Amino acid sequence: MRPSRRKAAIAVTAVAILAAAGCAESDRDGSGGTSVKDTLVFGVAGDPKVLDPSLASDGESLRVARQIFETLVRPEEGGTKPSPGLAESWTPDAAGTTWTFKLRSGVKFHDGTDFNAEAVCVNFNRWFNSTGLMQSPDVTPYWQDVMGGFAKNESDELPPSLFKSCAAKDATTVDLSFTAVSSKIPSALMLPSFAIHSPGALKQYEASNIAGTADDIKYPSYAMEHPTGTGPFKFKTWDKPNKSLTIERNDAYWGDKAKLKTLVFRTISDENARKQALRSGDIQGYDLVGPADVEPLKGEGFNVLTRPAFNILYMAINQKGNPALAKPEVRQAINFAINRQALVDSKLPPGAKVASQFMPETVEGWNADVKKYDYNVEEAKKLLAAAGASNLKLRFHYPTEVTRPYMPNPKDLYELLAADLKAVGIEVEGIPLKWSPDYLNATTSGSAHDLHMLGWTGDYGDAYNFIGTMFDRQKDEWGFNNPQLFAQFKDADTTADPTQRIAKYKALNAAVAEFAPGVPISHSPPAIVFGKGVTGVTPSPLTDERFSGATFK
Amino acid sequence: MIRFIVRRLLQLIPTLFGLSILLFIWLRRLPGGPETAILGERGTPELRAQIRANLGLDEPLLVQYGRFMQRMLKLDLGTSISTKREVTTEFLERFPGTVELTITAMIIAIGVGIPLGYLAARRRGSFLDSASVGGSLIGICVPVFFLAYVLKAVFSEELHMFPSSGRQDPTLGATRITNFFVLDGLMTREWDAALDALWHLVLPGIALASIPLAIIVRITRASVLEVLSEDYVRTAQSKGLSERTVRGRHILRNAMLPIVTVIGLLTGGLLSGAVLTETVFAFSGIGAFLYEAIANRDYPVLMGFIMIIAVFYVLVNLLVDVSYSLIDPRVRVR
Repeated sequence: MRPSRRKAAIAVTAVAILAAAGCAESDRDGSGGTSVKDTLVFGVAGDPKVLDPSLASDGESLRVARQIFETLVRPEEGGTKPSPGLAESWTPDAAGTTWTFKLRSGVKFHDGTDFNAEAVCVNFNRWFNSTGLMQSPDVTPYWQDVMGGFAKNESDELPPSLFKSCAAKDATTVDLSFTAVSSKIPSALMLPSFAIHSPGALKQYEASNIAGTADDIKYPSYAMEHPTGTGPFKFKTWDKPNKSLTIERNDAYWGDKAKLKTLVFRTISDENARKQALRSGDIQGYDLVGPADVEPLKGEGFNVLTRPAFNILYMAINQKGNPALAKPEVRQAINFAINRQALVDSKLPPGAKVASQFMPETVEGWNADVKKYDYNVEEAKKLLAAAGASNLKLRFHYPTEVTRPYMPNPKDLYELLAADLKAVGIEVEGIPLKWSPDYLNATTSGSAHDLHMLGWTGDYGDAYNFIGTMFDRQKDEWGFNNPQLFAQFKDADTTADPTQRIAKYKALNAAVAEFAPGVPISHSPPAIVFGKGVTGVTPSPLTDERFSGATFK
Repeated sequence: MIRFIVRRLLQLIPTLFGLSILLFIWLRRLPGGPETAILGERGTPELRAQIRANLGLDEPLLVQYGRFMQRMLKLDLGTSISTKREVTTEFLERFPGTVELTITAMIIAIGVGIPLGYLAARRRGSFLDSASVGGSLIGICVPVFFLAYVLKAVFSEELHMFPSSGRQDPTLGATRITNFFVLDGLMTREWDAALDALWHLVLPGIALASIPLAIIVRITRASVLEVLSEDYVRTAQSKGLSERTVRGRHILRNAMLPIVTVIGLLTGGLLSGAVLTETVFAFSGIGAFLYEAIANRDYPVLMGFIMIIAVFYVLVNLLVDVSYSLIDPRVRVR
C-alpha cells in the first residue's frame, strides 16, 4: 500500500508542475544570459527608492536617474563646474533674476517625442504648481531645498518660491525667471531632480498624482515603472524581488551613444559581499568601496577610481551646550588641540586631506588665507587658561553602526579626537549613539550635546551648499546666534555678479574660521571600483559617473 | 481533527490582537523615528517635526493605534515609509525568497542530519560517530557570517563554482509569476532560470543549514540510541525481522517524535536566522528588509511583517502538531 501511495504523490506533483508549465508563458525576449561583453552589472549599496528624480534625494535613485535623464546644465565630466547639458548656453539678464537658456536641437525623449522649450516649461511648471502631497518635504526634497516653496504654498512652514516663471521664447530658447538673485542658479539646476522629463509620459502616467494620505503616500506608476528622459540609457525593468534594475542603450541618443547594450544595477547592501561578488565575477564594479579595500583591490588588478573629495568631516561645538563654549578662545583652543594630520594619516582613506575650512578646495570661494589652527598643545592650554576654562568637561557624541563617505570609522575617529582633547586637559564624556535614528536627532536638536562629529557631502558645486547650509541661520546643532554672520550670508547669496560673490564667500570662510564654530577636520575621497578591463568611466566628485562611456577592454 | 484545527485557528485572533498592541507600544517607545532616516544630514528640527506631523506620529498613541486597526480590519497593512510601496507588495516580493532559502536549508539539514544521526547511533563509538558528534559541535559554534565568508571565498572567489550573492543572475531577465524563482522557472519552462536560481540557493542554504543540521544530528542520535535500548527493538530483531523493517517501523518511527518537534521549532527559528544569511549573501528576503526597517523605524513594515510572520509561525506549529498523529497514532490531537 505504502509504495503505491508514494508513487501516486510523485505522479500528482509531476502532473501539477506540467499543468502549471502549460498555463504559464515566458515573456522573456530570449536575448539574456549569453552576452557578456556589452552587459555590465554594477553593485550598489541600496535599492533606488523612486525612478522619478523630482521625488528623490537618495544617492541610489539619483545614480539611476543620471543615466536615464539629463538636465539643462550638467557638471563638467569629473568636476563640479556647470557645463552644457540639454542647454548649450545660458546667460542671466542685467538684474540677475531671469536666465535665458539656449537649448540643444534634435533631441528626442525615449518615447520619441521632441525635446524643446515647451517641454522645459512643462517640467518647471509641474514642480512649481505642485499641490497636496507633492508639497510634502519628503516628496519633493530638492525642489524645496533649492526653490523653497511653490506657486500656492499649502503650509505656513513653506518659504516663498525662488522660482517665478518659465517662458518658451521659441523652440530652442527658454527663459527661467526667479524672484530674487541666488547663487544657487545655475549650479543647482545640475541636480538630477531638475532633469527634464517627457511631457507626454508625465501626463500619460500621471506623474504628479501622488495618492494616499500623508502617512500613507503612494507613488504614481510614472515614478515606479515609466521614467522617460533623454539620456543615453532607457529604463527597461526593475526586478524588485531580485533587487536589480536594468537599463538599456538608447540608440536614438543625440550624443555619443552608450557603448554598453545593457547596464544592470544590483543591490548588495553588505560591503564585504560586494567585494566578494566582484572577485567572483558576479558583478563588474561597485560603489562605496571600504577605505581598507582600496589598496588590496588595486593590487589585485581591479580598476579602483578615486573621486575628488567633495565632502567635509567636522567636529561641531554647541555653544548652548556648555557656557564656556560660547567663548571664542575656548573654541579656538579646541581647534588648536586637534592633530588633524595624524588623524588623516592614520584613519582616513588614501588621498584624504586636512580641512582648513568647512568646504573643499574644488569649490569656488575657498580661501587659502583663512586663520589656520595648526596642532599646538601649548597654545590650546594657554587659551583655555586665559578663558578660565582649564578644567572643562564636555559631552562628546559619536555615531555607531554607520559609515559615511566622509567618516568611514566613527569610533576610531572619536577615540583620536578624545585623546587629543584630553591632552590639553579637557575631560571628555563619550556618548555613543546609533546613527539611525538616534544620533542625528540628538546632535541637531536640543542642547544636550557639547561636541559631536558630523559631515556633509555637497549636492552641487556651490559654496552656499556647504557653508550656507551650516551657518546661515541659528541652528541647534551649533547653538549660536550671530546676526552679523547671517547677514553676510544673505548678502553673498543675493549678489548677482559671480566675481563679487566669490570674493564674499572667501570673506565668509575667513569670518567662519575666526569665529571657530567647530573644527573642520578632513575631506575624504570616496572610491568606486570596476572589474579588470572595464574602462571609460570618469570618477565624479558629485557621484555623477556616466556609465555610457563604460566599455570592456 | 478538524475541530482541533479550527479551534487553533480561532485562537489566532486574540493572539494577533495582543501581539499588535504589544508591538505597537514597543515600536513607538523606541527612541527616534522614521524622520531622521528620511532626512539624514539635511534634517533640521523643523523639517523633522513636519514629517512627524505628516506621518501622524505626533498624535496620541491610542489614535494612532485606532487608525492602524481600522486599516488592519480591511486587511490593509499600509505603505512602507521608506519605499512608499504597499507593505503587502513588499512582503509578497520578499517572502518567497526567504521560504526558498528556508526550505533549502531544511532539506539539507534533514536530508543529511537524520541519516547521519541514525548512523552515528547505530555505530556508536565508531569513527563516524565521533566525527559527526564533533562536526555538529563545530556546526553550532561557527558563526554563520564566518561560515558564509569562507564558503564564498572558496566556492565563489577561488573555484567560481557558485555565485556569491543574490537570488538569480539579473542578466537572464527571467519572468516573474509567484516570485518563487525556482518554481517560476519551471512554470515558464525557463529551465536555465530555474537552474540558476537553484544554484544561487546552494551556498546560503548550506550556511543557514549549519546550525539546524548540527542540532538534528545530535537529537537524532540521542533519540535513536534511546529507542535502540528498548525491549521491543530487541524483540523485533530477535524474532528475525529484516533490518529494513526494524529500522523503518520500529526504530525510526519511534525516534521521529522528538526530531519532528525540533524540526518544527527550527523552521520557525530559521526565519530569524535568515536575517544574517540574507544580508551576507545579498539574498532578497524578508530578513534583510526587516533589519533595515528597524534601523529606519519603518513602523508599517515592522508591524505588517511581524504580524504575518506570527501567523506563519502558528501555522507551522499547527502542521507539526498534526504530523504527530500521523507519525504516531497513539498521539491524538484534541
